[in-house]
Amino acid sequence: MAIFSIPDIKIAGIAASVPKKEVSTRDYNLLSEKEQENFIKIIGVEKRRVADPGIATSDLSFEAAKQLIEGLGWDPEEVELLIFVSQSRDYLIPATAGILQNKLGLPKTCMALDISLGCSGYVYGLSVMGRMMSGGAIKKGLFLVGDVSTQNTSYKDKSTYPLFGDAGTATALEYVPGAPDMAFNLQTDGSGYEAIIIPDGGIRNFATKETSFEYEDIAEGISRNKFHIALNGEEVFNFSLREVAPNIRALLEYSGMELEVIDYFVTHQANKLMNESIRKKLKIDPAKYPYSIRNFGNTSSASIPLTIVTALQDEVTGKELKLLLSGFGVGLSWGSAVLNTDKIFCPALIEI
Amino acid sequence: MVAIEEFISRVEGEFEDMEPGNLSTESVLRDHFTWDSINALIFIAHVNVEYDVVISADDLINAQTLRELYNLVSTKASAA
Repeated sequence: MAIFSIPDIKIAGIAASVPKKEVSTRDYNLLSEKEQENFIKIIGVEKRRVADPGIATSDLSFEAAKQLIEGLGWDPEEVELLIFVSQSRDYLIPATAGILQNKLGLPKTCMALDISLGCSGYVYGLSVMGRMMSGGAIKKGLFLVGDVSTQNTSYKDKSTYPLFGDAGTATALEYVPGAPDMAFNLQTDGSGYEAIIIPDGGIRNFATKETSFEYEDIAEGISRNKFHIALNGEEVFNFSLREVAPNIRALLEYSGMELEVIDYFVTHQANKLMNESIRKKLKIDPAKYPYSIRNFGNTSSASIPLTIVTALQDEVTGKELKLLLSGFGVGLSWGSAVLNTDKIFCPALIEI
Repeated sequence: MVAIEEFISRVEGEFEDMEPGNLSTESVLRDHFTWDSINALIFIAHVNVEYDVVISADDLINAQTLRELYNLVSTKASAA
């Protein structure tokens, strides 16, 4: 089982950045007025941020990283690890991490790599960062996470278009001997790889003019081409209901913790109905379960740090906290983490 | 597993447009309100939170009446 602890790693700061452009569910004409209100109430998305064409996830994460480096007073020369977690990279090749290493002025002695994960990506990436750094060879690392999903949603697909929002984030990690352990429980079920998929553009289905751009009517209100995100809502919904709560319970058991000692449960913002079901199953107090979905939608891999910045800024900057993080979705891939934060640097949401 | 009367009363409690006492064992949900994908997900989430079982959209289509849904959920709950 991929269930383990990592010592000596401290989260120094978290920043998040979103596009200025905001769209409202009430302006989405493929839903009737009644459907719009029902969508806002049940799925939980009222507004979301949308990147203009040409604005990439790395642009959003870059601004967040710049603010972190400045705010923490880091010397960029000291950063020896950069990991970029996203499913909306700049190019098919090369990796985006290198582009960010150069743009941020990090030294050539910095190792940089991409990880391709979505909703589970923040938790997964944090475990890789932590493991890379916990030996003490690398003392400072930047963890850049986010997605621009709106470029790949079809306006004529009511199952995806009103759901997703764009955001990029940055988390600064330091090697600090004696820092409390972070613990992780990471899982995968690749048999569900088609549940959330952009079918064309990779090597399996290389893009062609004839096959990739043709719109297909899938169901009433769902029309898209093969560069658009296809979401099997029911499969993802049932997967999350089945897997997330047991994964969190197993992590708490491994860590020897009761649910009550956790100050906040910050989970992926999939949709409000799913999140509330998970919260109720685990009997988590609503006051301990923050949301960002209402104003930002489902922001894929950015959802956990974005929720921390927009809903818990005063808490994480002002006091010591025990957080439980959980991400779940595309892959299918899911995982949770328990960790401590101690008055971290967390600037206000950046809008670009 | 709770009795079927309690099962039905909890379903009525889950959907806001539903007046208590409107549903019976022979009621078919789609006859009582708009049966769209969101309402199907609400029902799937409801039985998962209340009875810790996972049912699919196909299950919902195959089980027509509330009695059939109750039997399905009971069977799954006792198998878990």
